Amino acid sequence: MTEAELHAHADRQLTAERSAEVAAWLERRPEETARVRAWELQKRELRELFDPVLDETPPSSLQRRARRRAAWFGRPELAAAASVVLALVAGGAGWSLRAAQDGARPAAVQASANDFAARAAIAHTVYAPEVKRPVEVDGAHEDQLVTWLSKRMGAAMKAPHLQSLGYALEGGRLLPGDRGPVAQFMYRDEAGHRLTLYVSNEKPAPPGKGLATADLRAGDAPRPETAFRFVSEGALNVFWWMDGPFRYAITAAADRATLTQVSAEVYRQLEGSPS
Amino acid sequence: MRGDSDHDDLITWVPRLRRYARALAGNRDDADDLVQDTLERAWSRASLWRSVADMRAWLFAIMHNVHVDALRRGRLATVAMDEDTPEGAARPTQDDRLAVADLQSALARLVPEQREVLLLVALEDMTYADIAQTLGIPLGTVMSRLSRGRERLRSLLDGSASAPGGDAVRLKVVK
Repeated sequence: MTEAELHAHADRQLTAERSAEVAAWLERRPEETARVRAWELQKRELRELFDPVLDETPPSSLQRRARRRAAWFGRPELAAAASVVLALVAGGAGWSLRAAQDGARPAAVQASANDFAARAAIAHTVYAPEVKRPVEVDGAHEDQLVTWLSKRMGAAMKAPHLQSLGYALEGGRLLPGDRGPVAQFMYRDEAGHRLTLYVSNEKPAPPGKGLATADLRAGDAPRPETAFRFVSEGALNVFWWMDGPFRYAITAAADRATLTQVSAEVYRQLEGSPS
Repeated sequence: MRGDSDHDDLITWVPRLRRYARALAGNRDDADDLVQDTLERAWSRASLWRSVADMRAWLFAIMHNVHVDALRRGRLATVAMDEDTPEGAARPTQDDRLAVADLQSALARLVPEQREVLLLVALEDMTYADIAQTLGIPLGTVMSRLSRGRERLRSLLDGSASAPGGDAVRLKVVK
């Protein structure tokens, strides 16, 4: 009997069958039973203590904040930020990896940006078909993987959890980027389809050299909100964005809706993590 | 789990966000600041809502981040060390006012990481997997924080129960 199962029993998170087994096990162990009872009591008392908050009338400032109109019109900068995001998503949709590769570049900034997406896609293409060695450190050693990548990247890394979207972490590897190391996390769904998350925090090159200058501007300009972009090449789709010093790309041979969902989830989990 | 109403309005989530925030922050003002910042961040990302599968996990994750930021900036006390817990975290419903104060101050003594997990289980009845996702931590970490938090709370409550008697306050050693 594990400690975790005792908690799961107290929280009614076991199957009825397993819960019955735990109950039977507890019958002969008064000390353990007392602990489980104490946890259940804590839970009830916490509810009694804080449930009355549910019945309070929230302060009017919060009520205003919760409503769309008040929130948007009261905070023009938020409305502006949101529209920038929407515009970028819409604007990015038309670019293709081919455009980035054959030199038909809309603008320097977009080109360097698309280069990033292209690198992510190439890394995906190289490693996703691997049967034996798709990763350097497997997902069973997530702690080691994260520690290692954090050390090599010089920044706290985190492997997002995507089980809720049907993707299990297979592991990750370190790759050479444009100017430094980049990390690749690999996931797979039940059918074996792979999805990669490509993370870079490479420092922009010194200003004064064509693309690099544009890249610096792209990386350092004050951004009110993260810009999501989408590019595709055949069956392969890439969804990528910048957040602070980091750039992230999600690549998979999956449809755009799936990638949007995964990206939002990854963004949500990584947002607020130390950078 | 999506809200009862459509996503045009976060008002349906406010009571639950406030309950959790109150327990997390320990007093009404800090708690409502947390809720306010959470709502603002949620609105600033309204374009992502359509792809959010679990609105509750998403909102509570935002609140987690807001809380971590606040702790980092020192806006919130990390641990309330003294007994004068700011005026009612919630209006006590029990007669035993002392017990209420005890639970509240014991809760305030937990490290925030343990308090979060404990409260998501107790107040939100979240599954462990949802908590892992909400807090962005492995399931094993959820379980160890829950286990340590509960044992710590238990020993704090045991200790304070015997304290008024005058005998030495005996706190169990929690490893």
